[in-house]
Amino acid sequence: MEPLNLHKGIVIPLDRANVDTDAIIPKQFLKSIKKSGFGPNLFDEWRYLDHGEPGLDNSKRKINKDFVLNLARYKNGSILIARENFGCGSSREHAPWALLDFGIRVVIASSFADIFYGNCFKNGILPITLEKTIMDQVFTKVQNKVGYEITVNLEKQKIYDDSEIAHFEIDSFKKSCLMDGLDDIGLTLKNKIDIQNFEKKYQEIFPWLKGG
Amino acid sequence: MGISLYEKVFNRHVVRKETDTYLLYIDRHLVHEVTSPQAFEGIRMANREIWSKNSILAVPDHNVPTTDRNIQIEDPISKIQVDTLDKNCEEFDLLQFKMNDQRQGIVHVVGPEQGSTLPGMTIVCGDSHTSTHGAFGAIAMGIGTSEVEHVLATQCLIVNKFKTMRIIVNGDLQNSVTAKDIALSIIGKIGTAGGNGHAIEFSGTTIESLSMEGRMTLCNMAIEAGSRVGLIGVDNKTIEYIKDKPLAPKGELWEKAKKDWLDLVSDEDAKFDSEIEIDGSLIEPQVTWGTSPEMVASITSKIPNPVNCKDKTVTSSYEIALKYMDLKPETPINQISIDKVFIGSCTNSRIEDLRAAADIVGTKKIAKNIKLALVVPGSGLVKIQAELEGLDKIFKSAGFEWREPGCSMCLAMNADKLGNGERCASTSNRNFEGRQGQGGRTHLVSPQMAAAAAIYGKFIDIRELN
Ligand code: SF4
Repeated sequence: MEPLNLHKGIVIPLDRANVDTDAIIPKQFLKSIKKSGFGPNLFDEWRYLDHGEPGLDNSKRKINKDFVLNLARYKNGSILIARENFGCGSSREHAPWALLDFGIRVVIASSFADIFYGNCFKNGILPITLEKTIMDQVFTKVQNKVGYEITVNLEKQKIYDDSEIAHFEIDSFKKSCLMDGLDDIGLTLKNKIDIQNFEKKYQEIFPWLKGG
Repeated sequence: MGISLYEKVFNRHVVRKETDTYLLYIDRHLVHEVTSPQAFEGIRMANREIWSKNSILAVPDHNVPTTDRNIQIEDPISKIQVDTLDKNCEEFDLLQFKMNDQRQGIVHVVGPEQGSTLPGMTIVCGDSHTSTHGAFGAIAMGIGTSEVEHVLATQCLIVNKFKTMRIIVNGDLQNSVTAKDIALSIIGKIGTAGGNGHAIEFSGTTIESLSMEGRMTLCNMAIEAGSRVGLIGVDNKTIEYIKDKPLAPKGELWEKAKKDWLDLVSDEDAKFDSEIEIDGSLIEPQVTWGTSPEMVASITSKIPNPVNCKDKTVTSSYEIALKYMDLKPETPINQISIDKVFIGSCTNSRIEDLRAAADIVGTKKIAKNIKLALVVPGSGLVKIQAELEGLDKIFKSAGFEWREPGCSMCLAMNADKLGNGERCASTSNRNFEGRQGQGGRTHLVSPQMAAAAAIYGKFIDIRELN
């Protein structure tokens, strides 16, 4: 996982609430057994006018010129902003994989669905929750300025444009994993003895659960 | 001070506590073909072992065809995914019910059916509807693929403790009102983000009166209210359901387990971070009209008018939804006619659901405007039971198709799909844009409401049928 600490990027405004994981990456692309290659199909049903299937040459498809991801002014954007409850729906990690593959490193919204929120951190994407009123301001700024950029400082938990926009909350464990690009399986396995000891005691107390 | 059921089960599983997080031990890991290949690949790449093979039960469900299983899966990409699960289970020596095993079915139907879901457990699966298993007084939650790999390798998850919410539903349900209607009306009330960050416990006399099937339907939909965990305290119904299931404890262990399980309820003086009370007797049959489960109305009411919403984000999402659904504001729900019907999914494909739907069908035939009406049992065992009871004949003679078990048109990853613009009465759990096929329009309802919609070609108030 690529660490993330200081990130500056063009902001892409997706002015919708309840953006669900089916919209982020439609199910036909979930058939892949890989983690990469989902970027061209991010928001497939909104981004293209025809029906997408795995294996199609996306450069030959009809694009929806009005969709934000297709607008020249947001080209190479890496910070996505949206309204409340972003990422609701399924647990598919294909959603953050698709965002990352497209080049998104930060998603800012007024709230996130829990599973999606957790999945982002596992893949080097930082989800930031900001108050609705601040989100309104950011949406207005993006609209008013072509090439509007934001800088995210994870260590200080702040976001800026020309001046500070907001401070954001994040739990310390998730923060350090993201900053250091840590593999949390490796971290957990450092506690192997603890897990083994726990398991032994646990199976004595609840013997009917032993070995499923 | 007393503690809640969620905390009781949680505390049993804490291996370590760090500053903000806990290392939580996992008892049961359910696996399906869509969210596991990358996790197994990760294990292989890092040269890691699977911590507890016995904790795993695997079953393919999302991609499997619901038509003749003797023919190979036609879609080559779906086939690779199902084959990959087979290979991984063979390589790592894991218990799997393969596509042609009669125990195969939707993972959340199969788990409880096999007694693989037990009270007091922590249960995970790379699928958001894992909340279903909370009906047994377990902490059951959906996880992403990275977490699937984490559990495979360590038998643990790094988690934050959720806040707790109690939703108390009291009162007798009206005739023909079901657990699905309770779920939808709760989501209509608290919204799809209402339960974010919370474990929701459902309690009250209405919940106690639900069968285990009904309780599973309710907990299944907890995730549509934003809550990863939905749960219900253990009572005698829970115990009765589990008894004699293949993987349930037997003999002396059973007696011990039973004693422990009956304690798995919230203490009387337990405190919850939030509490909501609902009068169960006022709940009417529900139908969603939009593209989010919170866009829902009673059968007797109308589609709301977006201009009347106070919040402009809500106005715009209502407008987008109505445009997608091709519906006009203030249309009475009982004037919406439909093209297809889907009875199935991990929400409503258990034997009780099929019985209730068949009961509405009786000797009637599906309406002329219905292009396709599908019944997809949740598992091979549900299918066998339904056939023993002759339910398949009722459906078939009415004009329904009777299929093999799987997720099917709940998410349309296999060949069962809505065409562009088609409108469907569906017993599944998500009405998102394109969920049942690109351009397809989904109305979420109970099995009874779906069956009636097939017969009458539109939504009707099933309370008036009797
Ligand atoms: S039936 Fe639908 S919601 Fe349930 S596991 Fe399958 S795809 Fe997911």
